[in-house]
Amino acid sequence: MSNSTFKSWYQSGSPWVWLNAGAVSISLIAVIGLVLLIAVRGLSHFWPADIMSVEYNEPGLEPTVLMGEKVNHEVVPAERVPSDYPLKEGQTTVERYLLKIGNRDQFGLDFRWVNKDWMGEISYPKDILAIERREWGHFYGYLLSVQQQGETVAEGEQAWPEFQQRLERSNNLVAEIKYIEKIEIGKINQALESLRLDERRLELDGVPEDNPAYAEIEAAKALENEKYAKLQTRLSELNQALVRDQVVLQMSNGQEVILPLAKIVDVVKPNEMNRLEKMQHYFHEVWKFVSGEPREANTEGGIFPAIFGTVMMVLIMSVIVTPFGVIAAIYLKEYAKQGFITRTIRIAVNNLAGVPSIVYGVFGLGFFVYFLGGNIDEIFFQAKLPSPTFGQPGLMWASLTLAILTVPVVIVATEEGLSRIPRAMREGSLALGATKAETLWRTVIPMAAPAMMTGLILAVARAAGEVAPLMMVGVVKLAPALAVDSVAPYLHLDRQFMHLGFHIYDVGFQSPNVEAARPLVYATAFLLLLIIVVLNLTAISIRNRLRENFKASDN
Amino acid sequence: MEAVNQNKSAARSIDIESMQRGPKLNLADETACIEIKNFNLFYGEAQALKDINLTIPRHRVTAFIGPSGCGKSTFLRCFNRMNDLIDNVNIQGELLLDGEDLNSPAVNVSDLRRKVGMVFQKPNPFPKTIYENVAYGLRLQGINDRQTLDKVVEKSLKGAALWDEVKDRLQSSAMGLSGGQQQRLVIARAIAIEPEVLLLDEPASALDPLSTLKIEELIYELKEKYTIVIVTHNMQQAARVSDYTAFMYMGELIEFGATDELFTNPSKKQTEDYITGRYG
Repeated sequence: MSNSTFKSWYQSGSPWVWLNAGAVSISLIAVIGLVLLIAVRGLSHFWPADIMSVEYNEPGLEPTVLMGEKVNHEVVPAERVPSDYPLKEGQTTVERYLLKIGNRDQFGLDFRWVNKDWMGEISYPKDILAIERREWGHFYGYLLSVQQQGETVAEGEQAWPEFQQRLERSNNLVAEIKYIEKIEIGKINQALESLRLDERRLELDGVPEDNPAYAEIEAAKALENEKYAKLQTRLSELNQALVRDQVVLQMSNGQEVILPLAKIVDVVKPNEMNRLEKMQHYFHEVWKFVSGEPREANTEGGIFPAIFGTVMMVLIMSVIVTPFGVIAAIYLKEYAKQGFITRTIRIAVNNLAGVPSIVYGVFGLGFFVYFLGGNIDEIFFQAKLPSPTFGQPGLMWASLTLAILTVPVVIVATEEGLSRIPRAMREGSLALGATKAETLWRTVIPMAAPAMMTGLILAVARAAGEVAPLMMVGVVKLAPALAVDSVAPYLHLDRQFMHLGFHIYDVGFQSPNVEAARPLVYATAFLLLLIIVVLNLTAISIRNRLRENFKASDN
Repeated sequence: MEAVNQNKSAARSIDIESMQRGPKLNLADETACIEIKNFNLFYGEAQALKDINLTIPRHRVTAFIGPSGCGKSTFLRCFNRMNDLIDNVNIQGELLLDGEDLNSPAVNVSDLRRKVGMVFQKPNPFPKTIYENVAYGLRLQGINDRQTLDKVVEKSLKGAALWDEVKDRLQSSAMGLSGGQQQRLVIARAIAIEPEVLLLDEPASALDPLSTLKIEELIYELKEKYTIVIVTHNMQQAARVSDYTAFMYMGELIEFGATDELFTNPSKKQTEDYITGRYG
């Protein structure tokens, strides 16, 4: 009896349904878990946590006071602690905290494991400052006084507002200096470089030295140099103004430190902030991360150049791969004689999708960068040689390499789409006197457009996540300038760029400060995910709009 | 149920009309539109059409009937060279449209298909607006002038008896129309480029009785201006709408003559068996 119930249960297909549903659930849980883990680890980094102050009595050492942010906590079984650890009677576990104590320039390291057994009472003094510095990471300490050129201008109660006021001034100065250095001097450098190239071109063309053209160039150069000198004076004025103020701070161990305001980005008193203020500061920090430039070997500051580089590369890749893949697919499907050769090509295209991506990197370096780029330099940028223009890894070559990497996806999806167009549509158009090409243009391709978009979506998803080949053809740890700027021709395809995927690798593996880098790895990964999702959603919404327009007949 | 009843009564009315058609039709009195001489067609090795000789008269409705697979659709598709799309098709013999061989290399296929329009079994409007569907053929000819297009679209839709139903939604998608409306739209699309000949390949087989009736009425009106060749499985339909009927069997033309004659007094035994339902 029970045997037959099992049999009927089996035959009803329920186990099959359970199996399928189980597989879907596991995938779903995996995806959600992954995203949650990355989001929580990455996004919690920006929260201005309270800073504890605690007396620490390590046996055999002077008692000291530690100040810092609790970032991790673990319970270690007694068997695993070093043998010289003074365990109490009956103690089976040891509790440890990882404190971010900051002040790397003073203490040598800014993260420290402390044992709970040796900790005194924990307090959260209201007036602890958390200072974000341009170098050496965070500084934690108490404010003693504010100085101007070495002379105290405010102490005690007045010091804090004075500090904030003067910090704003110094940050404005820094912004102005940066603008002059990056934009204005950049323009002059560009102009000088192009003048140098003009001169070199004249030399290469064999124009004699007494030609007036040389004098013109010299005059223009002098003009630019004059501008440059003016900017230099302005810069040194600003720098002078910048070094005016300092603050005197006291560290947890009582030592006093003088910190120039020029080195400070931001300062808060996290223990004094309420939830709302913390929230505001949190979003401010997230925004700084998203919109700022990296500092300190990428372990501090923002990742805007990497976001920009990733998006630019994916966009340029899309612009290249879509027409290329679609045209190839149309030829294969519509015009090529279906036979052995077409079949072979199709198999080859499909296999191309399975080639390891690093191989494409090698190909891109050898063919695009050295061969194509080298030849372009020979022909168009001769004056600039021996320094390469396109003959070095850059945005253009990275996009092209990824376009080749993703073109099979577009071809396959487009061919699928073309073969799904009902024969009746083609015949309807042909019967009205349209040629094959007209039928393709007016009816078949618009109807296959959603399928092409599907191909593009898959291509974008693959390209945005690719890192290995990019390391060979254009991605760098730190790009000096974005690929788009205000200097003609505005879009600089020859420039090297930063990429989120590579940034994750770089911060995670190449960073000298592992503990400081870890949350940034998560935050960057989360951002990369977010960007891929946004790019995909854009493409999907375009596809859905196309589908609306070209809905195929359902009856 | 109601629709079927309506259809029956309407069908009767057409029958009455066809009886009032006037003097008896005679092939000898007609002018030729398409002449088919010793025509053979092969799919690779297999012969699909065998030595067909036939003259399709101008401004009349000619129906091809016969069991499935007898080659009537294949034959129809020869008139606008739709078979060019199929690999492996070989033809022998002559197909003369207005005295000119339409398979000769001098003939431009696009021009030919403009002269010989075609409507398929399943409605196949393009996924565009109603307006653009009708304007499609004209735009192909490079006619993009809005006023001309407006005029032709209206005229064609009126010609296909669809204008009143769609005049307020010309810019909405043709995919939203019912099957019968779609088929009339396809006819409007075909007559917009003013062909000489209209080929209808089982135009009503995918439609409900009411829509079928409308298409049949339309065919009756269209023969004023066009030579119509229709392939149908439905013998009543052939009897209702056509002036001449050709009966085909196994790739051969068995009998061809005035519809009244062929249905009431077939000269061949095979024809009689088929129309009385004894086989096929």
